[in-house]
Amino acid sequence: MNRIIEIQELRRTFQVGSEQVHALKGISFFINEGEFVSIMGTSGSGKSTLLNILGCLDRPTSGEYFIDGTAASKRTKDELSTLRNRKIGFVFQSYNLLARTSALENVELPLLYNSAIPSKERRERALHALEQVGLQDRLHHMPNQLSGGQQQRVAIARALVNDPVILLADEATGNLDTRTSYEIMSLFQKLNAEGKTIAFVTHEPDIAIFTSRTVQLRDGHIVRDAPVTPKAAAESLAALPVDVDF
Amino acid sequence: MNLFNLLRIAYRALIRNKTRALLTMLGIIIGIASVIAMVSLGQSSSKSINDQISSTGTNLIMVMRQNQRQGGVNIGSANVQSLKEEDVTAIMRKAKYISMASPVISASGQLVSGSNNWPGTIQGGNTSLLVIRKYEVASGTMFTEPDVRAAAKVCLVGQTVADNLFSNGENPVGQTIRFGRIPFKIIGVLASKGQNQMGQDQDDIVVAPYTTVQKRILAITYIHMIMASAMSEDVAPQALNEVEGIMREQHKLKAGQDNDFQVRSQQEMLKMMNSVTGFLTVLLAAIASISLVVGGIGIMNIMYVTVTERTKEIGLRMSIGAHNKDILLQFLCESIILSLVGGVIGIIFGLILSYAASAALGWPYMVSTTAVGLSFVVCAATGIFFGWYPAKKAAALDPINALRYE
Ligand SMILES: Nc1ncnc2c1ncn2[C@@H]1O[C@H](COP(=O)(O)OP(=O)(O)OP(=O)(O)O)[C@@H](O)[C@H]1O
Ligand SMILES: [Mg+2]
Repeated sequence: MNRIIEIQELRRTFQVGSEQVHALKGISFFINEGEFVSIMGTSGSGKSTLLNILGCLDRPTSGEYFIDGTAASKRTKDELSTLRNRKIGFVFQSYNLLARTSALENVELPLLYNSAIPSKERRERALHALEQVGLQDRLHHMPNQLSGGQQQRVAIARALVNDPVILLADEATGNLDTRTSYEIMSLFQKLNAEGKTIAFVTHEPDIAIFTSRTVQLRDGHIVRDAPVTPKAAAESLAALPVDVDF
Repeated sequence: MNLFNLLRIAYRALIRNKTRALLTMLGIIIGIASVIAMVSLGQSSSKSINDQISSTGTNLIMVMRQNQRQGGVNIGSANVQSLKEEDVTAIMRKAKYISMASPVISASGQLVSGSNNWPGTIQGGNTSLLVIRKYEVASGTMFTEPDVRAAAKVCLVGQTVADNLFSNGENPVGQTIRFGRIPFKIIGVLASKGQNQMGQDQDDIVVAPYTTVQKRILAITYIHMIMASAMSEDVAPQALNEVEGIMREQHKLKAGQDNDFQVRSQQEMLKMMNSVTGFLTVLLAAIASISLVVGGIGIMNIMYVTVTERTKEIGLRMSIGAHNKDILLQFLCESIILSLVGGVIGIIFGLILSYAASAALGWPYMVSTTAVGLSFVVCAATGIFFGWYPAKKAAALDPINALRYE
C-alpha cells in the first residue's frame, strides 16, 4: 500500500529563553493512502506541533519525514511552501477564510500560487471542490454571509482544490456545535470513502470515533496507535433529536 | 508565480478595502495634482509673458542713462545728462543693424480738457517712435518731420487718455488739451494695445515731438533715453553690441572705462523674465512635491499598519503555498497600484485644475508632458520605495506564528 506519510524518530524542541521545551520526543509512524487518522491527546501533548511538521509549516529538530515518497525534513522554506501548495490541504479550527472575498475566490486561492494552472482550470477545480462539500449554490457568498459550518466547508473545499495527497485538520470541529460537527465529520468520511487520506487532530473522543485509526499522544510520545471501527457520522446525525440544540 | 496571478491577488486584496484604498491614495492624488497644476501654471504664465513681450517687439533696443555715483553716493539717473540728440544721429548714421532710432523724453503732469483732467505722461520722440514701439494710429495722423523741427504743439493720445478726457464721446482728433500751461492740439488717436507684461496700461500714453517736450515743457538740452529697432530679431544681439560701441565712441570712453549709459534689449528682458518664471515654477513644484512625499509616507504608514492587521491573512497565504517572495511582491504590488492609480487620478485633477486656473487668469493653457510623464515615474517609485519596507516585514513573518496571531 502507498505510504503517504512516514516519520522516524521525529523530535521537535523549542527554545524558550534558556529553557528547552521538548514538544515531540522521538515519534515514528506512517499513514497509508486512504486512511482516516485521528491524532488525540490532552492539551499540550504536541498534537499541533506534530501536525505543523506533517503540514510542512515547521521543520523537525531531528528525525526523518517523508511525504508522498519525498524527504521533507531538510527542505528550505520555499521548497516547503511548494510542497504545501502541491501536496497538502489544511483545515483550521478558525476557518481562516479571507474576509469580503467570495467562497469561490477563497477556494481558488491556493491555485493562484501555482502558475502551472491556467485560470479556466482554476475556476473549474474551485467549482468542483465547492460541489464536493455541497456548497454549489453558495459560490458568491461572502464568509460573513455563511454559517460557521458552511464557512468550514468552504475551508475544506479550499483544502481539496489542489488535490492534495493528504488533508490535515487541526480541531476542525472545535468551533462548531454537535450537529454541525457531525455534518463536517460526515463530509470527511465521504471524502475518505472517495479515497482521500486524512489526519485529524482532536481532543474530543466522540469526534475521534468517526475515524478509522487513533494515534494517542501524551507528553510528546505516542502512547497508543490502534485501528478502530469507525462509526458512521451520518447515522449519529440522524440519531440526534430534531430541533434540539446542543 | 506569474505576473497575472500576482496582479489578481493584489487587486483583490485592495478591492476588499475600497475606502481604505481610496483614503490611502488621497495623499498621492493631492501631491500629484498640485505638482501638475503648479508646473502647468508656471509654464502658462511664462508663455503668456513671452507672448506679450514678443508683441512689444523683440527687436527693441533701449539706451538708458547710467545711475551715477558721486563720492560713493548713488544719485540715481534722474539728473544724469549723458544722453544727447547727437547720440541718436550717430547711431542712425553709423549702425548697420539698426533700422530706426528715436530720442525719448518724458514728462509727467496733469492733462486737462475742459472740465476733465487726467494725470498723464507725455512721451516725446521723433517720427519713428510709434513704429519702434509698435503702436499704430487708429484715427488722425502721426506728426511730421517739420512738426519735430518746429517743436510743434501737437500730440497723439492713447485710448485710455482719450476715454478719460473726452468722456462724452466726442472725437478727440482736432481738440485741444492743456498740459500744464501749454496747449496741445490732438492730431491722432493710437490703436489700443492693452496691458503689458508688467500689468501697465499701454494705452495711458500721450506722444508728442521730442523737441516740444524738451524745449517747451522741460527746458532741457539732454534726452532721457534712446529707443531703437534692430533690423530683425536675429540681429538684435549684434545691434546691441554695435550701439554700445557707437555710444562709447560718442562719449569718448577709453578702453577699461565703464559705460556711462546702459544698453538693454527686449530679448534680454525676455530671458530675464523667463529665468524668473522658471525659478518660480521650480519653487512651486518643489513645494508641491513635499505633499507628494507626505502622500508617499501615507501609503507606507497604511501598508505598515495593514501588515499587522493582515497577519492572519499572510499566515494563511503562506500555509497554502505562497513563497516569501509572493508575499513581498503582493504587498509591493498593492502599494504600486495604490500610488499609480492615485497618480492617474492626481494627473487628471491637476490638468483640470490648471485648465480652470489658466482660463480664469486668461493665460494660454499648457500641458506639461514632462511633468505628466515624470509624475508617473515618481508614482511608481513612490510605490516601490514606500511599499518596500512593509512588504519586507510581511514576507518575513513565520507562517505558524502568523496563523496563530489574534
Ligand atoms: N512556538 C513555540 N515555542 C515554544 N513552545 C512551544 C511552541 N509551540 C508549542 N510549544 C510547546 O509545545 C508543547 C506542545 O504544544 P502543542 O501546541 O503541540 O499542543 P497541542 O497538543 O496542540 O495542545 P492543544 O490541544 O491545547 O492545542 C506545549 O508545551 C507548548 O507549550
Ligand atoms: Mg493544538
